[in-house]
Amino acid sequence: MAARKQPERLFQVTPAPHFHSGETIPRVMWAVVISLAPALLAGLYFFGWRSLQISVTAVVAAVLTEAAIQRLRGRPVTVSDGSAAVAGLLLAFNLPPGVPLWLPAVGAVFGIAVGKHAFGGLGQNIFNPALVGRVFVMHSWLGTMTTWTPPRTSLYRGVDALTYATPLGAAKEAVESLVPGADGLVSTADMFWGNIGGCIGETSALALLLGGAFLLWRGYIRWQTPVSFIAAVGILAWLLPASEDALALTPLQHILGGGLLLGAIFMATDMVTTPVTGTGMLIFGTGCGVITALIRLYGGFPEGVCYSILIMNAFTPLIDRYTRPRIFGT
Amino acid sequence: MPRFLTFKGGVRLSEYKELTEGRKIRDLPPPDRVVVPLAQNAGSPPQPVVEKGQEVEEGEVIAEPDGTVSSTLHAPVSGKIAAIGDYPVAAGPPDQAIEIETDPGKTSRRLLSPLTDPTPDEIRSRALEAGIVGLGGAGFPTQVKLAPPEDAEIEYAIINGAECEPFLTVDYRLMLEEGRRVIDGLKLMMAAVGAGEGIIAVEANKMEAFYKLQALAHRESDIRVEILRVKYPQGGEKQLIAALLGREVPAGGLPAEVGCLVQNVATAAALAAAVREGQPLIERVVTVAGSGLKKPGNFRVRIGTPYRSLVEAAGGLPEGELKIVSGGPMMGVALAGLDEPVVKGTSGLLVLPADHRPRNLPCLRCGDCLRACPMGLVPSDLGTLVEQERWDEFAEQGGRDCIECGCCAYVCSSGRDLVQLIKLGKEELKKREK
Repeated sequence: MAARKQPERLFQVTPAPHFHSGETIPRVMWAVVISLAPALLAGLYFFGWRSLQISVTAVVAAVLTEAAIQRLRGRPVTVSDGSAAVAGLLLAFNLPPGVPLWLPAVGAVFGIAVGKHAFGGLGQNIFNPALVGRVFVMHSWLGTMTTWTPPRTSLYRGVDALTYATPLGAAKEAVESLVPGADGLVSTADMFWGNIGGCIGETSALALLLGGAFLLWRGYIRWQTPVSFIAAVGILAWLLPASEDALALTPLQHILGGGLLLGAIFMATDMVTTPVTGTGMLIFGTGCGVITALIRLYGGFPEGVCYSILIMNAFTPLIDRYTRPRIFGT
Repeated sequence: MPRFLTFKGGVRLSEYKELTEGRKIRDLPPPDRVVVPLAQNAGSPPQPVVEKGQEVEEGEVIAEPDGTVSSTLHAPVSGKIAAIGDYPVAAGPPDQAIEIETDPGKTSRRLLSPLTDPTPDEIRSRALEAGIVGLGGAGFPTQVKLAPPEDAEIEYAIINGAECEPFLTVDYRLMLEEGRRVIDGLKLMMAAVGAGEGIIAVEANKMEAFYKLQALAHRESDIRVEILRVKYPQGGEKQLIAALLGREVPAGGLPAEVGCLVQNVATAAALAAAVREGQPLIERVVTVAGSGLKKPGNFRVRIGTPYRSLVEAAGGLPEGELKIVSGGPMMGVALAGLDEPVVKGTSGLLVLPADHRPRNLPCLRCGDCLRACPMGLVPSDLGTLVEQERWDEFAEQGGRDCIECGCCAYVCSSGRDLVQLIKLGKEELKKREK
């Protein structure tokens, strides 16, 4: 048979399919950054420029750490995909607004280096890197991490930061004036708008819900995780009594308070470290909610969202294994 | 809005059918030479019964079936056998092919004898003699499909008019222009397998074909035309049966196990032409479309026509970096050149811009692939199992059930070549079974 002629033109050859949805890792990650913008603005409004400084420091430290590690390991530097920036931002959101600037930097370095790259980098890590960073600084500098600044808009502005507390902390320590509804100085509405003490990104429920709605609309998170997480906390707060020496919060206050919305919407939905199926997400979210409620009601800390997510992260491979979809025709 | 029949999973795609759906099928003259590959059917390739230098008449048998799952090949043109030997193909090692130099002086065609009232056995042997195979791409010999296992009772014969791949409008044009033939083909299928009911299923983006067929079939009490939601891969055999009847073909099983026989539109039309007019399968309709093609269209061409002739008929290649795809954009094969010939399974020839999207980045575990998978698989895990050569787990987790539709890779934000990986895994499993 005649030998094949040299082709006059070269054509691209790649495996099928030859269509693509256009979704890319940077698109996903930058959408998450956009969804976090309302919460960042809320932090800026309630806690001032300091919250922005902390956020920028954490993001820059996370990005530089990732770039440095990838360069050292001779791998392509992929910081433009936005995943390190997201981790840095989420870490900052989990810090009190009064921390010194070296603290977010240390947390970001640890979170990215140990939480992410020690496991092999993007997609390989078992635990949420932002939360790994947060737990590290929390246990290294407990005092700094539990000193709360009153919002600029609060009736408590000017109060000594050492005596100020978050609603959850106040309930646990039975500080009546800071428990919403007890004497009218802090209200459930304050918790919704964000006019309460807390971490930079967790203060305004409204801002977090806006960001969550955006992610749901874009399909980057699914309802199963946040709904089951929040519902489990609400139901257990309603059913279970608070421990004897603490003040009781209503289920709604439990839902609006602390890091629940931030965790349920933005961290328990992290793709890499949580289950992939709807059923798996329901199990994961419920597990997070149960652990959070138990820590809040009976544990040594006022808040348990961060630990609950990290604990459930460890179960993700197991949950995925037992919640695989049914294969067609079986 | 009416609720159309559909299936679980899948993706919505841009359709691009508007490029060619309004273009009537145009006959292209036979090319100067044709190259007829032997392996155009699933199963064993037919064996040549001609020699180099021999004169053949259009429609004359040039290769005979080899075994039960095989087919027949006919000379697509009159002329002289120029060569029999290896010919390079897009996928895999070179294949055997018969090359014929066209004699433009001869225009007669050798036909089989028309059958007016054939028995089921006559329909099956006619499908074999006329070289009818599945024209949707799989190339399964039609006489084998028309002979279901003894213990299977076939209730439904189904014409697959979903044509869910973007760009392609071959089946749509055939339903519009040769609707009578398509319905006749369906009746022959029903007769061959004793099916009591015939269904023609089209996606909701082909309403003109729906109305046309419904008008043609309205006197046939045992044939109905159904509308399906526009979703890819609605034309997958298993997805089609699930949408129409709510039945699931068992994993690893055949449609006959749930009482169904499925054939594509072009196959039904070819079967009718073979039975009623004695036409051997020596030509087919191909959609030629894509960005930058000046005259896209649907062309009826001889089997063995080089793709180059199709591109010329469509106005030539545009400038720029291109990807040439044989078939649809989701399951088609990218070609290195235009020398390859049209075969029985060629439904389209697409000219697409080259893409430079990032590929095979780390998996984010977003789960989009498993939500898109119409087979209930976890493509991201299957891909990883292949990368890590964990074949047993790959098999356990349903690697063999993949229909290679490409939905997973389409949605993957990491650009992983998931279908390619799973295909590799399936090949490996086949090798290990031997």
